Amino acid sequence: MNIPSNVITLIAGVAMTLISLWYGQNHGLLPMAASNDAGQVDELFNFMMTIATGLFLLVEGVLIYCLIKFRRRKGDTTDGPPVEGNVPLEIVWTAIPTVIVFILAIYSFEIYNRMGGLDPMVAGDPGPNLAHAHHHHSELVALDPKQQNIALGLGVSPGSEQGVDPLEVKVNGIQYAWIFTYPESGVISGEIHVPVNRPVKLAMTGGDVIHAFWLPEFRIKQDVIPGRETNLVFTPNQVGEYPVICAELCGAYHGGMKTRLYVETEEDYQQWIQDNTFAMNGDIDESSVALNPPPISDREFLAPYANDLGVGSDTLAQLKSQS
Amino acid sequence: MQSSTVDSKSQIAIASEQEAAEHHEHPDLRMIGVYVFLLADSMTFLGFFSALLIYRAIIPVWPPEGTPELELLIPILNTSILVASSFVMHRGQTALKNNDIKGLQTWFAITAVMGALFLSGQAYEYFHAEFGLTTNLFASCFYVLTGFHGLHVMTGVLLILSVLWRSREEGHYTSGSHFGVEAAEIYWHFVDVIWLVLFVLVYVIN
Amino acid sequence: MSTTIERDVSTTTEGHKEHPQRKWQDYFSFSTDHKVIGIQYLTTAFLFYFIGGALAEVMRTELATPDPDFIQPEFYNQTMTMHGTIMLFLWIIPAGAAFANFLIPLMIGTEDMAFPRLNAVAFWMIPPGGILLLSSFFNGAPQAGWTSYPPLSLVSGKSGEEIWILSILILGTSSIFGAMNFATTILLMRMPDMDIHSMPLFCWSMLATSGLVLLGTPVLAAALILLSLDLIAGTAFFNPAGGGDPVLYQHMFWFYSHPAVYIMVLPFFGIISEVLPVHARKPIFGYRAIAYSSLAISFLGLIVWAHHMFSSGTPGWLRMFFMATTMVIAVPTGIKVFSWCATLWGGKLSLNSALLFGVGFLSSFLIGGLSGVMLASVPFDIHVHDTYFIVGHFHYVLFGGSVFGLFAGVYHWFPKMTGRMLNETWGQIHFVMTFIGFNITFLPMHQLGLQGMNRRIALYDPQFETLNMVCTIGSYILALSTLPFIINVVWSWLKGKKAPRNPWHALTLEWQTASPPIIENFEEEPVMWAGPYDYGIDTESIDGDEDVEDMLAAVTAEGK
Repeated sequence: MNIPSNVITLIAGVAMTLISLWYGQNHGLLPMAASNDAGQVDELFNFMMTIATGLFLLVEGVLIYCLIKFRRRKGDTTDGPPVEGNVPLEIVWTAIPTVIVFILAIYSFEIYNRMGGLDPMVAGDPGPNLAHAHHHHSELVALDPKQQNIALGLGVSPGSEQGVDPLEVKVNGIQYAWIFTYPESGVISGEIHVPVNRPVKLAMTGGDVIHAFWLPEFRIKQDVIPGRETNLVFTPNQVGEYPVICAELCGAYHGGMKTRLYVETEEDYQQWIQDNTFAMNGDIDESSVALNPPPISDREFLAPYANDLGVGSDTLAQLKSQS
Repeated sequence: MQSSTVDSKSQIAIASEQEAAEHHEHPDLRMIGVYVFLLADSMTFLGFFSALLIYRAIIPVWPPEGTPELELLIPILNTSILVASSFVMHRGQTALKNNDIKGLQTWFAITAVMGALFLSGQAYEYFHAEFGLTTNLFASCFYVLTGFHGLHVMTGVLLILSVLWRSREEGHYTSGSHFGVEAAEIYWHFVDVIWLVLFVLVYVIN
Repeated sequence: MSTTIERDVSTTTEGHKEHPQRKWQDYFSFSTDHKVIGIQYLTTAFLFYFIGGALAEVMRTELATPDPDFIQPEFYNQTMTMHGTIMLFLWIIPAGAAFANFLIPLMIGTEDMAFPRLNAVAFWMIPPGGILLLSSFFNGAPQAGWTSYPPLSLVSGKSGEEIWILSILILGTSSIFGAMNFATTILLMRMPDMDIHSMPLFCWSMLATSGLVLLGTPVLAAALILLSLDLIAGTAFFNPAGGGDPVLYQHMFWFYSHPAVYIMVLPFFGIISEVLPVHARKPIFGYRAIAYSSLAISFLGLIVWAHHMFSSGTPGWLRMFFMATTMVIAVPTGIKVFSWCATLWGGKLSLNSALLFGVGFLSSFLIGGLSGVMLASVPFDIHVHDTYFIVGHFHYVLFGGSVFGLFAGVYHWFPKMTGRMLNETWGQIHFVMTFIGFNITFLPMHQLGLQGMNRRIALYDPQFETLNMVCTIGSYILALSTLPFIINVVWSWLKGKKAPRNPWHALTLEWQTASPPIIENFEEEPVMWAGPYDYGIDTESIDGDEDVEDMLAAVTAEGK
């Protein structure tokens, strides 16, 4: 067993690499990707998964090998060899992880930048908007219009086409529902409909406690914080129906705080806007109510919603009069 | 503990010695302990200070509109009293090192009085402030910082009083062995330094 | 001088055969003996482990099906909050302190901790803190998660929340007192021949841990004091309704609570560094690398906290900074894992329960470490933050890492602590059940999170039902796995085989004294007759019945 040991090591190394490369691409752990950005995040994950699989196989392999090969034989009472270290080896296993995390950091930075995370419009943190807090009774304050340019979250991807105006949707997270407002048409809804292939810009704020707006199929998530505006920009590229999930503990029925995102063709989207504009002019849209979790009654559900609207217009008026 | 067979007289002598005497070879590391504790304690203040600084940095108008100007006379007086008291206190320890127990008692008593003066100044400021704990964020920070520091000053005064109480007994503190004196003094200096930072952060730069 | 009298007396009464024995009552008293305190910590921690574990089983039972049919969602949130708080503050942290208390003075050849009384005070703050926390169940337990983010923590269950704050303040203070003791003792009370580079690695890791406790815990205290004022005095530090900033709380909280992860895992890194060389009969591989990597982890641990807030209110550049620092932590951690593997390589592994748990630690912690590096990457973390991927990840770190390390330590030092050997067969059954149950419970959680299951929920989408059922079954196996352990410990403690002074033929100083150690630890000044890990160098073989020539012959034969 003198010569083969090298060969066996080599074969094991090659096998490990191949398995890692294969598993990194075929783990099947992620849901479908419904935007270009999501695809890029998946590539990053696949890359990390490849490295992780390799390291996993290496270390677990060493452990299992040790357990079998180096277990104490019956009657053997000697010690192992007095090896106290090996400087070149230690340098190697310090250097390799350093290089790996360096590459990972640069790659992640690149992807994050492409997702619009470093968009100057969103990279700053304006802090809570409370300059006028004491003008109102203890209610939450609407956002300062002067500061709407800078907020937290993900912005427009630098690579995206210029000139296409993103569809703006205001998102309000309350216990335990999402309220979407379309400033262009005035539609208010409990679910979100967007046209395919057009960037969507969400301006989000929380009505009571912190929530988090998560679109698993788009790999994006952003906390929705009362008193602050946060943003998400994404461009869906596949028509379909996707879950919207609250990912920050927000109370007992946190698990029930979800709704749907409908990515539709331009025509379907316009149709939906039209239908709902009519509905809004009449009675309150029942469809927005249908999605609230069963444990809350409709009235309970609507109370904070109406309340919130009142405050919003109230404060906006006040802000206008000041400027 | 294991010296239970020692006759009662020497037992008492041991007991009245410092607690380290329990173990015959136990080194006296209590001053190190005090330093380590103060390191941890300073991190608490660091937490409060950084909260204040972060509010300052992110809130558009700071202090929030409508916060009245802070009256500076009392705090400046207080600052000088506290800084001076550190020097006064140090004279006490110097006196002890020359085996002058009376000197120790005198200087420490003066320090305690100065500490009490500081606290009354603080109380005066509270009673005459134009804002309460919940008026706005700045007011809350003001009360939490000065209040938490005030608690430390009060603890310091109590430590000094306990040193004075113990020093009545002859030989309790000697030029060679005076942990209580040293600990109280280091603590007092610490409280003093924290106050200077607090004074700058709360009164000067706002 | 009275001290001279005492010394004379003590040598005459104790220097000879009869050593005073510990009475069982001592373990329920305000004892200043570090060994008693260590065992007090350990048994208390285990009691809370069983409570926390029972809460986990309640949660897993609820999650077996998508609907909230077993318990009310509100009660689920209380259970979840209490499970987290108990497991972190009343199980892992005190268990680490237990080993530190019992081992540090023995390992560095001294009589006791630097501040024995403070040490006892630190322990006796734990039972009241824990009972206080549990008492909140009668009055509406906290339900905002162990992170207690405002504004949710300010509006859900006020009294429970306040009790939670008080109890964490008590437990935190206890932890600070403990750390003061450990750091001072390790740095200043080593026996004269022991320089800092010949002290056991467990002491290094406790030094790193203590530094984090001393620098981090007070900031948590500050955050909790402010939160408490918001809760009861009506201030608005963190309450947006009054102009405060909830994100600031997250910063202050994680400034402690990320280092807290290292506070919880570093002691067990130390234990693994002790257990592996003894049972592999080989010196630890790269002593200095392991020692300094503990310090590096502890330093870096202080500047990575905002990676818990990547999807929260942190601006883009801050996310990038914390991504970089977090990734760097992988390097010292990797050094440790590789060095441990190299320690096993070529050794003579006795496959007993202690070593099995040690290897179990390595294999599970590895997964937690790898997923940890993935989580450092901001774009990926944004997807999985607050999902079951995170739950899987931190259980691989805290259960796969800390708890496996803890059991390795229990099997290794039980003979020293009690003077009785544990039963090997039961130990191995315990290991196998724990390892299987653990992986079945937590491995599928990674997939759940990636697929879109968020955490901290009592009701979930039916598409996740199968995997959740698997997790639940795994958790039942995990619960059952404690039975062989309990039986083994109770039976062995009462009737086990008497342990010799040094059953593992280990070289660290705690094995030089009797099992259990006498009250003053060592009969005479201990001698450093070998470095802590000089296996294979000394001519004495395991059973001490082979002579030098045989040994050398064996070694040369090995080399060929």
